[in-house]
Amino acid sequence: MLRTSFKALALALGLFAAAPAHAAGGDIAIPDRKFSFDGVFGTYDRASAQRGFQVYKEVCSACHSLRLVSYRNLRELGLTEAQVAAIASQFQIVDGPNDEGQMFERPGRPADRFRKPFANDAAARAANNGALPPDLSVMTKARAGGADYLFALLTGYVDPPPGVTLMDGMHYNKYFPGHQIAMGAPINPDQVEYADGTKATVEQMAHDVSTFLQWAAEPELEQRRALGVKIIIFLTILAGLTYAVKRKIWADVEH
Amino acid sequence: MSIGLHNSEFKNPVVRWIDQRMPVFTMMQKEYGTFPTPKNFNYFWNFGALAMVTLMIMIATGIFLSMHYAAHTGLAFDSVERIMRDVNFGWLIRYVHMNGASMFFIVVYIHIFRGMYYGSYKAPRELLWMLGVVIFLLMMATAFMGYVLPWGQMSFWGATVITNLFSAFPVVGNFIVELLWGGFSVDNPTLNRFFSLHYLLPFVIFGVVFLHVAALHITGSNNPLGIEPKGPQDTLPFHPYYTAKDSVGLVVYFIVFAVLVFFAPNYLGHPDNYIPANPLVTPPHIVPEWYFLPYYAILRAVPDKLGGVLLMFGSILVWFVLPWLDRSPVRSMRFRPLARIFFLLWTVCFLVLLWVGAKPAEGTYVLIARIATAYYFAYFLVILPLLAKFERPLPLPESISRPVLGGGPLPAGAAAKPMEKA
Repeated sequence: MLRTSFKALALALGLFAAAPAHAAGGDIAIPDRKFSFDGVFGTYDRASAQRGFQVYKEVCSACHSLRLVSYRNLRELGLTEAQVAAIASQFQIVDGPNDEGQMFERPGRPADRFRKPFANDAAARAANNGALPPDLSVMTKARAGGADYLFALLTGYVDPPPGVTLMDGMHYNKYFPGHQIAMGAPINPDQVEYADGTKATVEQMAHDVSTFLQWAAEPELEQRRALGVKIIIFLTILAGLTYAVKRKIWADVEH
Repeated sequence: MSIGLHNSEFKNPVVRWIDQRMPVFTMMQKEYGTFPTPKNFNYFWNFGALAMVTLMIMIATGIFLSMHYAAHTGLAFDSVERIMRDVNFGWLIRYVHMNGASMFFIVVYIHIFRGMYYGSYKAPRELLWMLGVVIFLLMMATAFMGYVLPWGQMSFWGATVITNLFSAFPVVGNFIVELLWGGFSVDNPTLNRFFSLHYLLPFVIFGVVFLHVAALHITGSNNPLGIEPKGPQDTLPFHPYYTAKDSVGLVVYFIVFAVLVFFAPNYLGHPDNYIPANPLVTPPHIVPEWYFLPYYAILRAVPDKLGGVLLMFGSILVWFVLPWLDRSPVRSMRFRPLARIFFLLWTVCFLVLLWVGAKPAEGTYVLIARIATAYYFAYFLVILPLLAKFERPLPLPESISRPVLGGGPLPAGAAAKPMEKA
């Protein structure tokens, strides 16, 4: 029993560790997925990101934390203050100690960080056959390929090709480095019911949650690009002026 | 003139009062106003000023980052992400600092290339050159320790690999490593002392930069022709001519910098550094930041640990003696047909090492790294000393003004003294 769980732990550690390096090595080509935030002027598709949040909340958050994001941040996705407060209050947050020295649970507030599914890593491993579901806060920055990789991974579950024997408790994925992943296919058709009537196919849900997680990892992206455009326009004009000044100053020098 | 007071030429009474007692205005006017500067600089001569500006940007952004950063293994990663998310324009400050390190190395590499190509290291500028090498070594130490601070996977494992290199030295090796670690592995004491030193070293760099500039203002600048100015007709006052020219380079440089910061801030980084450090999980490929890759390639090209470490340090220490390895009296490679080819080949080798340093140390990559390493050292230790003896340089122009003014064919005397020293 102890040996089995140790093996599973070692395996999970090994696989999680292998992921980024292999991706960096580029031995598995990640297909390019068209996202609203691609390119220089791309922005977040708010509707898609909101649906992605629903997928995260109803599916991913059973195992994966998002510890660097607060409920208040959801305002940036277009939710109202009341909606954010309502969402936060659905979660019981441990707070305290109170006047008697006891920790207590209270409904979440917008200022709280997203509630973690497990109290600590050991609890997370115990519930997941020894594997540690990684935190998703900066996931698109922590994997080569970013959101493209997330989408590919979520839609990359297939039957193992003939001749490949999976280890105990592992699943075959086309895009996971080494192809054996501890996480089973996380999303199934119609697993969530979208309020806006969008059909909840696996592809749609994977696309939406990838958009949401890209936003979670880089909430500054839109502001950054907008500021960047202004600054580069300003600098280009300044470069022209500076060059003109330089020409004028050097006009009397033969060189 | 009152005795003991400086004879100031400034008219403004306040400036004059200060200048008489402490002639900083006279000094600035002499060193950055009227300072005679060769009139034939090309845009390669922008890069010293660019490096100076980058150093100031790094210090400014670094001070603001340190107001929000927590140097503790349990807090560092999250405090950096807090800067990215909750500090006003924290993402901008951090991305400027992070990419500023890369820009600093790009600028300094071009500055060093310029110095090597135009022979700026030769007499009488040997000390100026050596101070530059000191600055570069300090920059490497600072950048390495800075990369450890976010406490991601590459921070931790990069720190582990690089600090472990010192254990290769006999007798003192382990002592040095434990001194760096502050314990028996890379841990909280390591992070704390690296943060402290990362804050300290930029100010040391600033001090050495001051010496670098002080030495420069004694010998004066080299120039693309590599011959000394013969008189006022060959020089221009630094201001407004070179303040204007440096400004052009600076704005263009800012555009490149801005593209990186605003549109590809993580392009030069490694995704693994967004995974919090975990001493129990080793990434299969540990790679340093791109600017260390040439030396990393040299380290791995040698099958012996101590040999690799010595060669890696030697690859930069050899720059210190470059003025004495290259005995040719002709500075600029424009007039050295053979050295020019060998040097450009050396530059290619440097870039090959940079590329191969990011590849796994196996198969053909090892062979490529070994050939490039061999040439890297052969250029300094064999080719340059021999060229000084056997190369026939092209005739040097008589003065800086002459080729610029296009004064017809050179007089016979110019060709007859190609080995003219200054």
